[in-house]
Amino acid sequence: MSDHDHHPDEPAIRAEALEHLLVEQGLLDPADVDTVIATFNERIGPMNGARVVARAWCDPGFRERLLADATAAVAELGIDSGPGGQMEKLVVVENTDSIHNVVVCSLCSCYPWAVLGLPPRWYKSPAYRSRIVREPRSVLAEFGTSLNPYTEIRVWDSSAEVRYLVLPQRPLGTNDLTEAQLAELVTRDAMIGVERAGAIES
Amino acid sequence: MDGIHDVGGMHGFGPIEREADEPAFHERWEAAVFAMLMAVGRAGATGNADRFRHAIERIDPVAYLSHGYYGRWLGGLETLLIEAGIIEQSDLSARARSLGARSDARIAARPAADPDRVPAAARADNRRALDNPPRFATGDPVRTSTAVKPGHTRLPRYARGKCGRVVCCHDGWVYPDSHAHGDGEQPNHLYTVAFTGTELWGADADPNLRVQLDLFEPYLELSDV
Repeated sequence: MSDHDHHPDEPAIRAEALEHLLVEQGLLDPADVDTVIATFNERIGPMNGARVVARAWCDPGFRERLLADATAAVAELGIDSGPGGQMEKLVVVENTDSIHNVVVCSLCSCYPWAVLGLPPRWYKSPAYRSRIVREPRSVLAEFGTSLNPYTEIRVWDSSAEVRYLVLPQRPLGTNDLTEAQLAELVTRDAMIGVERAGAIES
Repeated sequence: MDGIHDVGGMHGFGPIEREADEPAFHERWEAAVFAMLMAVGRAGATGNADRFRHAIERIDPVAYLSHGYYGRWLGGLETLLIEAGIIEQSDLSARARSLGARSDARIAARPAADPDRVPAAARADNRRALDNPPRFATGDPVRTSTAVKPGHTRLPRYARGKCGRVVCCHDGWVYPDSHAHGDGEQPNHLYTVAFTGTELWGADADPNLRVQLDLFEPYLELSDV
């Protein structure tokens, strides 16, 4: 898309102008901006979702509770799923040998912030949002995830306030790993469903 | 509304561009937009998330595609603040010019001919207990509406007039189609409905594709298949 109508710095300048006006009106504390940056750099991110997945791989009871009522199960791990976390109701969908799940929000960019942090740019791009609901197998292949043509792909288009997280399959050869080591194999993209959880390099 | 935001199934946006080790925010102004939206939300100044989403949908289509996610948020936020009378468009433009903006080009949505009422501050949660039982049960075949209103809705264009099957009932939730426009919460039952790829995209579609959408009861009728 041509940007000849809009100077590329325009949003940055307009955001600064708006910030000044809101600070002057007492609606914004400038320190709020630093708080937001620190929160999403350090506290809320895919490491939270990775803990959930690793626990589900290690604890069959937790896995069962997670698939039945993910909102409650995630709260067991002390992850705040409140409204600020964009996650009033979380549903976890499980990958199997015959079913592969992948998540999108085609209308805007809804995403389970509390367990994954803020979405990457590609998730919010018209390219991903337009294609994944129609030709997910080729999109997944571009992400390096080649599926058997008989594997059913289930796309979850988050069109209301329910948020979705994919429970990837546990990689082979990981029986000796601790829960914390397993969590390190769980990537953001595996929990969106565009890739598999990290295979051990052989 | 048939808007530029409703991109599901469209062709022509090209490859998906990924970035290694992407930061939460690429630039400070993006975090500032995030913080501003949360702050005015806490202050109850601008309504609710449905109204915000609709403000983004009203952004000029060229600007919608040009400015990225936080640019769109900024546009939606400007619209809400101006429509609520909290800031004046002229003050914002003057301030932007003083900071070096080269034009008055708006990211904000075009003003509505018949502006919505600014709703009362929303509750933070959207689930509502309903007295009326759900019309549909898991397994029911349903067909989606083909009606198109000019306002906010969460039934994407690609799933209009399509047959699917209810796979989950989520009880009552605030109805975005009314909540975005200051017409109250009008809570409705919400369902996850599964559609086959061939139902959505025709006979040549991937035979092993299933697309699930979360759809409100007014979008659905029982179908006979």
